[in-house]
Amino acid sequence: MADSVIAITLRLTLGGAVIFALLIFSFGTAAAVASKGDGFGTLVLADFSAIWFTIWQALVSAILSVCLAIPVSRALWRQNFFGRRALIILLGAPFILPVLVGVLGLLAVFGRSGWISELLLFFGLGRLSIYGAFGVILAHVFFNLPLATRLLLQGWSAVPGEKFRVADSLGSNSWAKFLLIEWPMLRGAIPGAFVLIFLLCLTSFTVALAVGGGPRGTTIELAIYQAFRFEFDLGKAASLATVQFGICVTVAFLACLVPLPKLGGIGLDRLVQQFDAWKHRKLDLIWISGAAAFLILPLAAILFRGLGNILTLPGQVLAASITSLLIALISTAVCICLALVLSLSLAHSRLNTQKIAEGISILGLSTSPLVVGTGLFLMIFPFVHPASLAIPVTAFVNAMMAMPFVLRVLMPAVREIYNDYLHLRLSLNMGRGVWLMRIVFPRLRRPIGFSVGLVAALSMGDFGVIALFSDPELQTLPLMLYRLMGAYRMDQAAAVAVVLVAQSLFLFWIFDQGGRRHSVS
Amino acid sequence: MEIYMRNLSLIAGLLLGSAAVADTPVLTVYTYDSFVSDWGPGPAVEAAFEAQCSCDLQMVGAGDGAALLSRVKLEGSRSEADIVLGIDTNLMAAAMDTGLFEPVSIVADYAVPGGWDDKFFTPFDWGYFAFVQNVGAETVTNFRELAASDLKIVIQDPRSSTPGLGLLMWVKAAYGADAQEIWNDLDDNIVTVTAGWSEAYGMFLEGEADMVLSYTTSPAYHIIAEQDNSKTFAVFDEGHYMQVEVAGKLSSTDQPMLADQFLKFMVSNVFQEIIPTTNWMFPAVTPMTGLPEGFPKALSTKKSLIFSPSDAAALRKDALLEWQTALSQ
Repeated sequence: MADSVIAITLRLTLGGAVIFALLIFSFGTAAAVASKGDGFGTLVLADFSAIWFTIWQALVSAILSVCLAIPVSRALWRQNFFGRRALIILLGAPFILPVLVGVLGLLAVFGRSGWISELLLFFGLGRLSIYGAFGVILAHVFFNLPLATRLLLQGWSAVPGEKFRVADSLGSNSWAKFLLIEWPMLRGAIPGAFVLIFLLCLTSFTVALAVGGGPRGTTIELAIYQAFRFEFDLGKAASLATVQFGICVTVAFLACLVPLPKLGGIGLDRLVQQFDAWKHRKLDLIWISGAAAFLILPLAAILFRGLGNILTLPGQVLAASITSLLIALISTAVCICLALVLSLSLAHSRLNTQKIAEGISILGLSTSPLVVGTGLFLMIFPFVHPASLAIPVTAFVNAMMAMPFVLRVLMPAVREIYNDYLHLRLSLNMGRGVWLMRIVFPRLRRPIGFSVGLVAALSMGDFGVIALFSDPELQTLPLMLYRLMGAYRMDQAAAVAVVLVAQSLFLFWIFDQGGRRHSVS
Repeated sequence: MEIYMRNLSLIAGLLLGSAAVADTPVLTVYTYDSFVSDWGPGPAVEAAFEAQCSCDLQMVGAGDGAALLSRVKLEGSRSEADIVLGIDTNLMAAAMDTGLFEPVSIVADYAVPGGWDDKFFTPFDWGYFAFVQNVGAETVTNFRELAASDLKIVIQDPRSSTPGLGLLMWVKAAYGADAQEIWNDLDDNIVTVTAGWSEAYGMFLEGEADMVLSYTTSPAYHIIAEQDNSKTFAVFDEGHYMQVEVAGKLSSTDQPMLADQFLKFMVSNVFQEIIPTTNWMFPAVTPMTGLPEGFPKALSTKKSLIFSPSDAAALRKDALLEWQTALSQ
């Protein structure tokens, strides 16, 4: 044995401690909310409307995203064209795109005075009305259609090309091929993608805040925020948070029944040779250009409006940018350390790490940031002014929210190293330090780099907990963007959006590249 | 790059500067966002008060008026603020109930219709709510007509914004028991509900709506400051609800003398002269120079609707429920 009993015990204790922290984080904060002394506020009709709206918009958003992703991913899979690789990479962008930036872009295209409305007016039709259910669902599809497309593309790419060659040689038509080869794959891939998107939309806050249009488009998360910031009604916030937690736990329980998709990005660019691809080329290209336009136009609108205005930004943008960077770096450090401890300590235990990672993912995805925020707020409030802890709390919550994604990248990588090299360690009687420094970490460089980049970018663009905790004097880039949008200074808002996106993408890129350089695997 | 360098030196200056002026007393005033914006009264008020107080006046924008009160409740006695400026008569009772405010005695020759007599709060300006629109556009003369029309309006959330709450009171004052019905019918006219006044007014200016809930004095801004005669307000035959904006001193203040000095300054000629052409409201005390040309006239008493602070507080919960119910369907 390379490890003493003490080392093993220590390892399991550390791993257990991290899991315990995660449980406290999700259930503990919810318990803090539920056990609030002054009792619960009664919910009124409008709150039940918010609960209903939250569920049905998430359902519709998930159905639309997945249904649209089927033809788009199929087209991307079987057609080759100039820019295909670039488009597939771009499909990954909305995942780390700050929500407010996406919303700002959508307003420029789909708003009442946006491009589409101007076009409609030109043809004598009325303006689009983005505020309300339409805007909320539109934004959710904008963020999740690319995700669904990538997930289904993975499924399509995993189908062996031989199957299609055999089908072709047997003279099967496209319908037969769809039924016998493609549908079984879709049946396996769709539930996971659907549940993932449903969970993401269920805890939506920023989108409803920006384009919900008032009580008609209020999600539970937004109602919690309003009870807090508008009325300082902690009882109402506690009631709503309990409802939100109940819904999330129910959905999480149901989600355990379907396997969640993997969040890797490998093998998406392989092109399977399809002898009848030319037959579908026209229709496929329509789907692809439609999806590409839907994705690119809002981003182009912001770039177009923002780039020229960067120099007009007030000096505060520098301070906001530094604060955002600080939050991103702290939360990244916390998240990666905890994820590494957990992955390493579970790597050669007999426990089913796959299941643990799965469980933590579902827990993390169904945890509502605003419930956690409310819980932490109530815990801190008796002792110190919560606004003075806005930065560490935000960094910590962001770290926890990114945890499911990081674990899904790190855990399989660690497991693989242990499978491949543990016998080497045992045969050489390698010490722990050498094992970690010479064998494990060099091989983890790439997944760590990718994870660090992911957390940093997600945390940089977060607007949720910070909105709950911030005081008027705190500036982060998303807060500044929101305030400028509030003051309707759209040129400057677009400029801040450009700075924010550039900073997020730069962080992601630099860490991801850092992981790739000198990486062993 | 030059701008970048300037910002860096600015920050360095602020950091170094704060050490040097550490002995200067700081008076912190929480107010609504548009008060401290570049075009609002904030900059001029700060300069004028600092010229006579040898202190540092820090005005902090904390959302719109109602969100301001929520922030004060949230911070409780730990608040950094000494003065809260920008709640109105509809919120005064709720503010009193927090027990966080200190009685003051500020005497002035108030021009507020109906006079002023309150131990805790001092008025600084007042106005009438109105729907502002473009000159020559389709218009309406009351809420029923508005609800029946296809006009698109932007309003503010009554939970975060004093104009938003004022609108609830306006409908209540004009229609009483029929308020629910009015809101049900208005629902399809509302483009969106914003958290604050600035958002709503900005949206209107960008052409996102035909009308915006603001004040009868808002068109004067376009006339006086921009020589633009294209904005007007819709005159409602049921009358217009009034708003009196007030400031109060927090008991937890560490600068009680300075806070009193500020409140006295607030009703003095210097401050009141700034109000009409920066906050675009009627001054609480008529300045020596009078009102600027282009300012609208005050309405007759019959057309000026207002509830007492206690009536407004009693009505708020039901009015809010009616509004939420109508708009969430």
